[in-house]
Amino acid sequence: MIRLRLAVALAGVFCASLAVAQATDPRRSGYLEMGPALQKMQDDDTANPAMLFVQAGAATWAEKVGTAGKSCADCHGDAAVSMRGVAARYPAVTPPLDRPVDLGRRINLCRTTHQQAPALEAEGNDLLALSAFVTLQSRGLPIAPPEDSKLAAMQAQGADLYKRRQGQLNLSCASCHDDNAGRKLAGATIPQAHPTGYPIYRLEWQALGSLKRRLRNCLVGMRAEPWEEGAAEYLALEAYLMDRARGMPLDAPGVRP
Amino acid sequence: MANVLVNAPKTAKKGDTVEIKALIMHPMETGFRPGANGRIIPRNIVEEFSATWNGREVFRMKMSPAIAANPFVSFFTAATESGTIVLRWSGDEGFVAEHRIAITVT
Ligand code: HEC
Ligand code: HEC
Repeated sequence: MIRLRLAVALAGVFCASLAVAQATDPRRSGYLEMGPALQKMQDDDTANPAMLFVQAGAATWAEKVGTAGKSCADCHGDAAVSMRGVAARYPAVTPPLDRPVDLGRRINLCRTTHQQAPALEAEGNDLLALSAFVTLQSRGLPIAPPEDSKLAAMQAQGADLYKRRQGQLNLSCASCHDDNAGRKLAGATIPQAHPTGYPIYRLEWQALGSLKRRLRNCLVGMRAEPWEEGAAEYLALEAYLMDRARGMPLDAPGVRP
Repeated sequence: MANVLVNAPKTAKKGDTVEIKALIMHPMETGFRPGANGRIIPRNIVEEFSATWNGREVFRMKMSPAIAANPFVSFFTAATESGTIVLRWSGDEGFVAEHRIAITVT
């Protein structure tokens, strides 16, 4: 009995310290910077427009395509089981390549090698929809980039880019997202730039968009020249942002103003 | 097939007010924007949305080019009898979509 009580007490202490750890984590998802109306839109799976894309992605998941005549489901089965936690790890090193790729690229690797079908257009609706569907399977799970030397090198490169001043305004990402997060830039609250909600449905875009697209927006905003499509810089920044958000729960697919 | 997400109760008490929420994937192209080639992209919007309850119309609205892509509509109606609510969207380029909701009224 005493032992049981001790165990309960210890469990209580453990839970309490966990709660304290969470309460003292200064990192905030962009979700928390939104007003209650947009938060409710994101929370309601029948009001969040990104869920339309998830539904489309679920249909693609079950579609047999390519000369292999296989669907994603033929190999991966129930996505709720096989894709659980996957999006929380990417960008990551994945076969047959020997370098980190993002989730969209990983899905396209399956398209071209395993399904023998043409790759889906980068950042096109079909790939975004599949990515949103795969990412949803990690909702609530902590972001957990794998320990990997190649990924670590890319994260370090991303960290440099994040701190480097660029563009006509001579700003770095950190100027806004570290030094001035929580303050206002025109009508918008500057978020801490955590990639927890991607792909997002952004009302301004009236569309689902990738983290890359968000980064391009910020580059244009700081009057820097966006890197060309597929440039390694985007992947490096993504890898760094995921590492910086390590342990934060994924809340994708998000809604943003 | 149109891509629709609907949130409606499966059951209701007679006389209760029920809320029906419906989201549909649609570009709602305004007809005012130039495309990449400089030419105006033809208007392509949902023009009308309606709901019938066992065939009797309970809600209707007209939509305009000012409404954003993937329009979300929510409306209230009184629960009368068990049966089927049919949501219907129609618009440019022959667009028609229907979604049926079964509801039990006690
Ligand atoms: C001039 C300030 C400024 C700079 C510099 C800037 N951003 Fe942003 N960023 C913003 C604002 C403001 C938003 C939110 C926009 C909104 O909600 O409409 C944002 C949004 C983001 C988001 C989305 C966060 C979310 O919750 O969805 C990410 C990620 C991001 N920025 C990354 C970056 C990166 C990486 C850089 C450097 C390449 C950068 N930003 C540079 C102001 C800035
Ligand atoms: C013919 C079987 C096959 C098909 C079809 C297939 N995959 Fe895969 N997938 C694999 C294998 C095998 C791997 C492990 C990596 C490798 O060896 O290529 C994998 C890996 C993955 C991963 C990374 C998982 C992780 O833990 O890192 C994702 C995500 C994925 N597939 C998504 C998809 C999607 C989405 C589709 C449909 C568009 C699809 N796959 C179709 C066989 C398949």
